[in-house]
Amino acid sequence: MKQPDTFDPGRHDAHSETATLLSRREFFRITSGALSMAAVPAGLAQTADGAAIDAVLPAHVQLTINGQTRSVDIDPRQSVLDVLREVLGLTGTKKGCNQGACGACTVLIDGKRVLSCLALAAMHDGASITTIEGLAQNDRLHPLQAAFVDHEAFQCGYCTPGQIMSGIGCIAEGHARSVDDIRFWMSGNICRCGAYPGIAAAVAEAAGRKEA
Amino acid sequence: MIPFRLQKVRTEVDAIAAARAGGRYIAGGTTLVDLMREEVERPERLVDINALPLGGIRTEDDQLVIGALARMSEVAAHPDTLRLQPLIAEALIEGASPQLRNVASIGGNLLQRARCPYLRMLDAPCNKRVPGSGCAAIGGVNVGHAILGASAHCAATHPSDLAVALVALDATVRVRGPAGERSFPVELLFRLPEATPHLEHTLQPAELIIEVRVPHDASARHARYLKVRDRSSYEFALVSVAAALHVEKGVIRTARIAAGGVGTRPWRMRASEQALVGRAPDRASFEEAAQRSLDGARPLSGNGYKAELLPRTMVRALEMTREVV
Ligand SMILES: Cc1cc2nc3c(=O)[nH]c(=O)nc-3n(C[C@H](O)[C@H](O)[C@H](O)COP(=O)(O)OP(=O)(O)OC[C@H]3O[C@@H](n4cnc5c(N)ncnc54)[C@H](O)[C@@H]3O)c2cc1C
Ligand code: FES
Ligand code: FES
Repeated sequence: MKQPDTFDPGRHDAHSETATLLSRREFFRITSGALSMAAVPAGLAQTADGAAIDAVLPAHVQLTINGQTRSVDIDPRQSVLDVLREVLGLTGTKKGCNQGACGACTVLIDGKRVLSCLALAAMHDGASITTIEGLAQNDRLHPLQAAFVDHEAFQCGYCTPGQIMSGIGCIAEGHARSVDDIRFWMSGNICRCGAYPGIAAAVAEAAGRKEA
Repeated sequence: MIPFRLQKVRTEVDAIAAARAGGRYIAGGTTLVDLMREEVERPERLVDINALPLGGIRTEDDQLVIGALARMSEVAAHPDTLRLQPLIAEALIEGASPQLRNVASIGGNLLQRARCPYLRMLDAPCNKRVPGSGCAAIGGVNVGHAILGASAHCAATHPSDLAVALVALDATVRVRGPAGERSFPVELLFRLPEATPHLEHTLQPAELIIEVRVPHDASARHARYLKVRDRSSYEFALVSVAAALHVEKGVIRTARIAAGGVGTRPWRMRASEQALVGRAPDRASFEEAAQRSLDGARPLSGNGYKAELLPRTMVRALEMTREVV
């Protein structure tokens, strides 16, 4: 499924939503069984051959994002990244490769740095998520954000939210003991502009060791 | 991604029943979600096994027991892993990225799928994806492919670093399925492609990996993993070697060697091991043993360099085992 770049509520009508939540075969069985989708209540659906379908209408999850608890109805195919960006409008977290290869989508889930593009939101009910939007306290930047500014640790800035979230994880794990250490433990975050020296220096500074 | 249903299970019995009904297990999802999005994998039911009590790391005597749902980062940092099997920690840390390792499970790591680019190209022939469609790699781009164990139908390597270490260490895997429980060497989890490259492992339908057991051995403390790749981290191996040596009074008593990036499955190097036993742990013995790693090697058009890189990597990995104090 190609995800639209922006969330378009017009495309998210009840009919297509219901359809995506049933397996394709079940969808065809139901529609060919002349049941209108609107008449299929959640949890009580029956296929044409009479077998009951589990309750799969919008997967419902509760996520605590940057300290705020939100209840969202999602399509089971949606990643945490897509829910953040397209459902909740938190576009600070970036989509680079959407394949787990670039690190642009890094967020903290339950305190650990992870790739939100490979995390199915439906598997994260009850999770606590920190994104780049949750770091600054009012107008005060998080120390690692400030260090990124001081060290000009970016050029285009696209990888930056992921770098910062990953850097927070890297420091918390105790893997920011030297610039070499940082380079290895930050290697899951690709920067196409090549701002690596600044990134390593910023992480080192925020970790309290100005070896760069 | 095609639509699917997600079922969360709390017990192994429920998990196995759900898989028997056509469900596909999902743990960290770092292989599966990616390939589902590409529509290489098209499961209609997913069985989320993360609530099963299969996490954790423990020891039984000097045996290291790693739960199937333990995460790569957790296993790599665990004091028991570092104390008993530092090779496993090293192989884990050399794989993937910190973010991936925080969610990727041990069971999923062993069952991750090949990284052959044609597996993902829906318009290219690939016997793994569409049995009988052909192999685009054998006559195409095959720089990353296997020189050992390929057939006329497939030459993809197995990408796991962990598996290479486990095969060298004679680890076993414990699985549970509709017919009960069984244990067997990790090495036998992986199939050669032969005429059926789409069959990658030897698990029976609905079998669930429970844990991996790593026996203790006198060589365990002198064990290293060397991974050669296109960049210095966060990349799959071109060639990797796991090596462990037990040396007594200047003579090699036990040698354990396996290689990654060169075989269609993690490749135990028994001829090289045999060549080392009874010899002095020096460069000459290492070089002679390393030449035996090429027994049966058949390079393709683009991967001939691996026939040079493999013995060199092995010599260096063997030397590194001597640097551990
Ligand atoms: C960009 C990138 C780079 C990577 N680099 C490396 C690398 O250098 N080295 C390396 O070794 N790996 C690498 N990986 C692969 C990564 O380690 C695997 O994706 C991960 O270990 C899979 O674990 P998972 O829990 O996420 O598996 P999942 O995606 O959840 O599952 C994978 C498969 O295993 C099955 N499965 C999972 N658990 C069980 C179980 N208990 N019993 C039975 N079946 C089960 C699933 O059904 C599925 O078929 C990389 C991945 C990415 C995306
Ligand atoms: S967008 Fe998630 S790793 Fe690239
Ligand atoms: S600043 Fe441009 S990709 Fe990193």
